[in-house]
Amino acid sequence: MSNVWRGVVVPWIPRAILLGLFAFAIFGPLANLLLWSVAEVWYFPHKLPLEWGFDFWRQVFKPRGNAMLSLNNSIIIAIFTVIVSLAIAIPAGYALARRNLPWRSLILIAFLLPQAFPSVAVYINVARIFYGFGLAGTYVGVVLVHTVQGLVFAVWIATAAFSAVDRELEEAARNLGASGLRTFMTITLPLALPGIMASAIFVFLISLDEFTGTFFVGVPDVVTMPLLLFNASMEGNYQIASITSLLLLVPSVGFMLFIERFLKADVLAKVGN
Amino acid sequence: MAGESLTVDGVKVSYGDVQVLAGVSIDVAPGEFIALLGSSGCGKTTLLRAISGFVPVDAGRVLVADRDVTNAPPDKRGMAMVFQSYALWPHMTAAQNIGYGLRLRKVARGELNRRVEETMSLLGLDGLGDRLVTQLSGGQRQRVALGRALAVEPRTLLLDEPLSNLDARIRQTVRHEIKALQQQLQITAIHVTHDREEAMVMADRIVILDRGEIAQIGTPEDVYNRPRSSFVAAFMGADNVIPLTAKRDNGGLHVSASDDHADAVLSIADGDEGANLIGSGDGELTAHFRSEAARLIDINERPEGSLVLFGTVTQTSYPGGIYRYTIDVGDRHFLVDDLKKLGVGDAVGICLPAKSLHLYSANPTTSS
Repeated sequence: MSNVWRGVVVPWIPRAILLGLFAFAIFGPLANLLLWSVAEVWYFPHKLPLEWGFDFWRQVFKPRGNAMLSLNNSIIIAIFTVIVSLAIAIPAGYALARRNLPWRSLILIAFLLPQAFPSVAVYINVARIFYGFGLAGTYVGVVLVHTVQGLVFAVWIATAAFSAVDRELEEAARNLGASGLRTFMTITLPLALPGIMASAIFVFLISLDEFTGTFFVGVPDVVTMPLLLFNASMEGNYQIASITSLLLLVPSVGFMLFIERFLKADVLAKVGN
Repeated sequence: MAGESLTVDGVKVSYGDVQVLAGVSIDVAPGEFIALLGSSGCGKTTLLRAISGFVPVDAGRVLVADRDVTNAPPDKRGMAMVFQSYALWPHMTAAQNIGYGLRLRKVARGELNRRVEETMSLLGLDGLGDRLVTQLSGGQRQRVALGRALAVEPRTLLLDEPLSNLDARIRQTVRHEIKALQQQLQITAIHVTHDREEAMVMADRIVILDRGEIAQIGTPEDVYNRPRSSFVAAFMGADNVIPLTAKRDNGGLHVSASDDHADAVLSIADGDEGANLIGSGDGELTAHFRSEAARLIDINERPEGSLVLFGTVTQTSYPGGIYRYTIDVGDRHFLVDDLKKLGVGDAVGICLPAKSLHLYSANPTTSS
């Protein structure tokens, strides 16, 4: 095996130390989470849990428990957030990619605006306004808040995915007699699908992880996984917090694998162009 | 499914402030094979895209069999196009690509499969139907693209440099295959190319475009033997240029002698013999000739009815069979092949029979 890494020759001992540090930075906290999730009794100054067991896992997966309820809430909200985001992002992305819209970059940046301000300030005001509409503490309110955050990625990625579809492929279909809609459904959309899927998964993850907006708009009626995690940590219940974190990790890892497997570099390169 | 006539009438197209087509008119007869020939940027692809409906027309009309389709969307024109990039759909198999147009026409499954099979065997693609197009070679993709267009039995076939991505050897055979298919199916074909030989071999008539205007329309023999302008002559390979001063009378064209050439009396074309003269023939002329029409002679020889240029050999090479010489005439250089062996510095005459000359009156041109 060669010792060349990015053109720099790294002797094997420092290289091993470097890799070890990387591994520790990534897997150290994960190992800690795993330990906590199976620790039934663990207190200072002991280095390892005193009693092991799956009691807390059982508690989390107990039907009708708080944890299952918040997991359900999280998934339902994430699914609806994906649906609403894609319903906006697919037409918007297509229009931004294909039509010569005036103010194209301004429109793209406009979707970024909600991220540009301190989220606490934004969501306190959103909560106040939603309260007026009766949306506070409802699923609809939480889905809307999540959609606003997911939309920037959904629209940007969808725009990139549609831009990556060669225009001549659409022209070939039109030329053979396909209407605009038919062309979109049979040519453009299938070819942009990997990118659209990536944006859907991305929005799903954002919704799953979202805390601030849910905290201000959803609580106390709508409790999601991150809120459960927050409550559990506040109460010092590290076992529940750890298990929740591990559960939240699963879709993220899945997404990474999907990106690695299906998304081509040319789509990623067009994000934000 | 005989072809339909196609009329392009005064079509103008601009991209922003740039006028790409400055009023182009062509009449295409049913079943005719037309080549749009020109260098890049001459507007030939734009003209094809205007005909197929992908480029909006600023002025003028496009008629298919006397039906005005100028403002019809591309899917309502009933033309099938083969794209330069082939534009095959990578998420479909070869058979699905070819069958797409038939599916749009709601052809029943059995009939559809039969016609896809038929098209594939017509193009020698048997057994490749289940392959994704990404798994096919360049030549096979080209055939699938052609098959996709032919499967819908179009009356007009548009070809946008479909051979430019093939290697030279395959290109030769595909040329003849496309031409044979077009004749067999009797469809009208418009073929865009920048390859002179390709246009000559395939087309019934050639349309030469120059900066958005038609420089000449004619049969291959016409544009080759009787180019109407200095541009067409140069484009069709008569790219050696020499300026002359002459006077015309009933006996022919009297060319006065200069430092570069002897005086001569040239007959003017009336049929195939004699020089091709465009303009009055009096005063300043630009003469074009092809290297292969030139012959090397003794510098003192004066063959009747031929123009003799005074040259000096400045370079020699032997590509095989014949010798190739670079000959300087004044400050111009000409490449001439000859069987005789000559040395660098030899004075020679370049003999140009009247028949090989294309003469243009008072037509300033950029020499090559």
